[in-house]
Amino acid sequence: MELIAFYILAAIVTISAIAVIASKNPVHSVLWLISAFFTSAGLLVLIGAEFIAMLLVVVYVGAVAVLFLFVVMMLDVDFVELKQGFLSYLPFGALMGVAFVAEIALATFARGADPNNFNPYPGAETNAEAIGQVMYTEYLLLFQMSGLILLVAMIGAIVLTLRHKPHVKRQNIAKQTARTRKDATRRVDVESGKGL
Amino acid sequence: MNHFLAVSAVLFTAGVVGIFVNRKNIIVILMAIELILLSVNLNLVAFSVFSGTIAGQVFAMLVLTVAAAEAAVGLAILVVYFRNRGDISVENVDLMKG
Repeated sequence: MELIAFYILAAIVTISAIAVIASKNPVHSVLWLISAFFTSAGLLVLIGAEFIAMLLVVVYVGAVAVLFLFVVMMLDVDFVELKQGFLSYLPFGALMGVAFVAEIALATFARGADPNNFNPYPGAETNAEAIGQVMYTEYLLLFQMSGLILLVAMIGAIVLTLRHKPHVKRQNIAKQTARTRKDATRRVDVESGKGL
Repeated sequence: MNHFLAVSAVLFTAGVVGIFVNRKNIIVILMAIELILLSVNLNLVAFSVFSGTIAGQVFAMLVLTVAAAEAAVGLAILVVYFRNRGDISVENVDLMKG
């Protein structure tokens, strides 16, 4: 039963990954990417890593894929023109793919790795609990550093994309609160029967 | 376990091929990089689960963090580049005219 589910999910992941790089419209690519993320989360649930699976859905589908969708739809690009040369790049890309598969196979068989003789996962506690026990103790520094990376990325993205348009009226709070009655008002003697 | 690594290898290869095949479209290149990182995550979690140590899943979380940060900064650079040039063709990146 689990094996059948695994094969179905693996097939969907493979198809999605190929569709991501092969589809003509980048919006379709993003949607295939979301499909790949979801099915990978399913695969992770299948082997008992529920926490990472949920994280995958939340972070990848909820944040990264939405970011991609926003950018793809925001940029008004002629995507047909970008797709030119797909076929001329294809032989070289296929060659690289074959080379990679050969390398992986070589690395697997040359070292005689038998990854099957591992211990089963010790399921004494839940997956999230097991992660939480080491995340804030053993890996505290890494955890903090990843937070720092996110902060830097956030500031970087904001600094890169922020721009001040010259002719947009903005509220300058410092200037506003520095105003006094003296320089904000003036007294005018208006003669009766006349305007200012 | 072997099957899991095979899926991960397929994902990785698809990502690498995607970078070479979609050489003009930087958005798809970024997506291919996400695919590669996803395959690395799958590998880490698979080894973590089947070896009975939790460390791999913590590392997978960190990889996830870096992937999200990389996507955010990459897309920000892409948006700025598009604003400056009006297209996102990778071939003209080396022109160095703002």
